[in-house]
Amino acid sequence: MGITFRKETFRDDFTFRNSPEHIRRFPFPFHEDAYMYAVNIEPHVIGPKGSVLENLIDVDEHYVAEMQDRALVLAEDPLRCQSLPHMTLAGWDLLELLMEQQALGYPEHFTLERDGDRWRWINRPLGIDDTFTFGDTSTLPYGPMEYITRQSQGDFCILDQRDGNLWMDAGMVTTQADWSLDFDIGMNFFEWHAPVPLAHEKGIFVRALKFLTNIQQGKPARRLNWTMTVNPRLDTSPENYHKWGPDRTTVTPENVGDKVHLRVELQSFWRLPRSNGIVFPIRCYLIKMDELVTQPKWARRLHRVIRDLPEELATYKGLTRYRPTLVEWLSKLDDGSATSSGFGPD
Amino acid sequence: MSTGTTKLDVVVSDVVPVNELVTRFHFRRRDGELLPTFSGGAHVVVEMRDGDRTRLNPYSLMGSPLDTREYTISVRRDDVGRGGSLFMHRSVKAGLEMVISYPVNLFSLDLRAKKHLMLAGGIGITPFMAQTAQLAGEGGNFELHYTCRTASLGTYADLLRERYDRRIRLYHDDLDERIELDRLLSTQPLGTHLYVCGPAGMINWVRDRAASLGWPPEAVHFEHFAAPQPGLPFDVTLAVSGKTIRVGEQQSLLEAIEAAGVDPPYLCRGGVCGQCETNVISYDGKFIHNDHWLSEEDHRSGWKIMPCVSRFEGKSLVLER
Repeated sequence: MGITFRKETFRDDFTFRNSPEHIRRFPFPFHEDAYMYAVNIEPHVIGPKGSVLENLIDVDEHYVAEMQDRALVLAEDPLRCQSLPHMTLAGWDLLELLMEQQALGYPEHFTLERDGDRWRWINRPLGIDDTFTFGDTSTLPYGPMEYITRQSQGDFCILDQRDGNLWMDAGMVTTQADWSLDFDIGMNFFEWHAPVPLAHEKGIFVRALKFLTNIQQGKPARRLNWTMTVNPRLDTSPENYHKWGPDRTTVTPENVGDKVHLRVELQSFWRLPRSNGIVFPIRCYLIKMDELVTQPKWARRLHRVIRDLPEELATYKGLTRYRPTLVEWLSKLDDGSATSSGFGPD
Repeated sequence: MSTGTTKLDVVVSDVVPVNELVTRFHFRRRDGELLPTFSGGAHVVVEMRDGDRTRLNPYSLMGSPLDTREYTISVRRDDVGRGGSLFMHRSVKAGLEMVISYPVNLFSLDLRAKKHLMLAGGIGITPFMAQTAQLAGEGGNFELHYTCRTASLGTYADLLRERYDRRIRLYHDDLDERIELDRLLSTQPLGTHLYVCGPAGMINWVRDRAASLGWPPEAVHFEHFAAPQPGLPFDVTLAVSGKTIRVGEQQSLLEAIEAAGVDPPYLCRGGVCGQCETNVISYDGKFIHNDHWLSEEDHRSGWKIMPCVSRFEGKSLVLER
């Protein structure tokens, strides 16, 4: 049984919705009634059926619409996709990884045929059937990274590893939570994380870098991150701040449930075999408050998390303006009863 | 956070004597599938079951990364070492089933380089076998200078000359041929990266000269082949697991910890990657640090030890393991 891909938009009329099955599989990021940074990294292994972890690269009902939105972003701003000259080999690594994983997880939608370095890639949802020579960029319509990430949900950063550090030397970034590849390109791990509050003092980045530079082939890792977005907009980039920044002033007690979205990033980390680089897919999942609160446990827990969030984090995540309205709305769904431990709905 | 590597079940598909000291071993997957792709400079850790003893030794992959039907390593026999190379030479025959780790690369090419200048000494040639194959496949610009004791001990020298012709320069100790290092290092085009693999003395010499001649440290890459050294037996208390163990003469501290059923993380087993870094709770005696991971300050402090290569002499040692 294949996925039924939704026709929907992430801009203008914002017709994005989650089906009931997709609400239940949403990767709710809070395992307890409070949130603080931690190095919450775990092995990226297959999870339960019906969760976003049932395949290591997840394809869902938003796939086609997300790829259309990505094409619109790239048409307006080609610098969302950049690859420094030494990163082409890593781009081929990524192409192989994403084709293999998508074909493995969704054989009804994707097929990869290999005959030596002669490869055929069939992507049925997007109507693509291309034959090319692996390693020969001239046989594809785009560079290998751009080609495959125009067909894969989520943003992708490819990090070069050298001098005991990681360098943001290539990426496809169109669904980001207010950061810019064009600004960060060529930066190292500490440089691109410089704006994050509190975590530096806790030594989190030193430990995280040590872990990431030791990620091994065949042993990917993952973590969840989160923020909130007003309207289901995938492209909340600094470049387009003038389009989405003002949305934050439009939240009212009447429209909270429809406008405010929890935005969760499933970040994974993979060693790339030929280039020895690391790829860092950042997969964005959106859920509007009206959808989220259909799970009473999530409603109670989110209320407590947002209410008690340290001020610095609320500011960094851009919640300041509408936090009181949101907390007030959520409080009506929190009867004070205990929540079960773990992420899932009851 | 588990940081070990995945294991591969392999069978020895061929054993080929290369010269009087070096033998090459070929591995294929037991299930007939392709092995994982790797990058030039990567190593695998080979598990050797020798009676009731298990040795885990790292060896550079020397085949072409473009061919993953088999992995090949070359092992130099060390008659006074701890026995790993002797085990490989004497006991490993075609058809033997073995377990190796996934490839790990701690000696990676810098793909930004306009030119790759490689210096090899002796068995330090092995990672360059894979790196030159990788670069040649991509049309990369490299030059390899290879020092060996005699022509007959110049492992793969003929093969390299045949493949890459004048990009390979050979130096034979018995003919008193020496790399003109200063001239070589001072006449490279901008954007050249330097790679050196061989005996510690050679690596130190090259790094020193490169630094004196103004090479930026980011452009100088090296791989120490730091095998654990044998030494006097010593006793260690593992405070977390509540065990007291004895480290044998031919055993590394890491191997003794593993033999006691405690599994610290590891990758290189050669004092480079930092994975098995262990805190010292108390000690009365002196450390013999052989690693390239801890700072000199760490070595002096007595707070940390790298159990894969370092040892201890004295009355007591308590580790946080």
